Amino acid sequence: MSENGTKRASIVVFSGDMDRVMAAFIIATTAAAMGMETSMFFTFWGLQAIKKKKGTGKGLFGRMLSMFLKDIDGVGPSKLNMGGMGRWMFKKMMKDKGVTSLPELRQMAIDMGVKLLACQMSMDVMEIDREDLIDEVADVVGAATYVLEAQQADITLFI
Amino acid sequence: MSEELTPEKELDARGLQCPMPVVKTSQEIKNVSVGGILKVMATDPGSMADITAWCKSTGNELVKMEQGEGVFVFFIRRTN
Repeated sequence: MSENGTKRASIVVFSGDMDRVMAAFIIATTAAAMGMETSMFFTFWGLQAIKKKKGTGKGLFGRMLSMFLKDIDGVGPSKLNMGGMGRWMFKKMMKDKGVTSLPELRQMAIDMGVKLLACQMSMDVMEIDREDLIDEVADVVGAATYVLEAQQADITLFI
Repeated sequence: MSEELTPEKELDARGLQCPMPVVKTSQEIKNVSVGGILKVMATDPGSMADITAWCKSTGNELVKMEQGEGVFVFFIRRTN
């Protein structure tokens, strides 16, 4: 809980799968809507959810990895992706049923004051720079910052 | 009594899926004065439980909930 008594939620987004990232943003926007101070800590594959649509990396491996990294609109589902067909199918099914798209959900989270944090260490490993991430990312931090957030949180999730 | 339920604002959340009815409600309630009523219309059946939970969490009062022809109508009083 915050010093002013507001409840807090803290979500680690480790996965870069469309369905899991979707769950993370749905819970984050809902927590914010329910009056909670909400933060999301993006690490490893989860960085794709806050990455711009551009190539990354400096060295050979970094640039090779970049070929497999997507942005929030490009990430595929954890099952049935079938080389991108699954992504297309789920997007279409969700749109037909009036479900808010992942990029819109992220924007909604930003508008509602959800704090987006990026993991410094995985950015270093994956050769992703601050400029490769969307401007709305509040800070680039380490595990201790997350643990402090989690200590003060009433809800913590690892997705 | 019915006078009291005259909404100050209306939110049409019909056709929206989870979590949007709750998210939009949380945004629209800010445009209602404290003590005023926000009327929310939704088609998502989950909103029955969700708007109730939202009210419980935020402390706003769910004054009335109606159901008719696939539409759920909520009257929420802003309390803070």
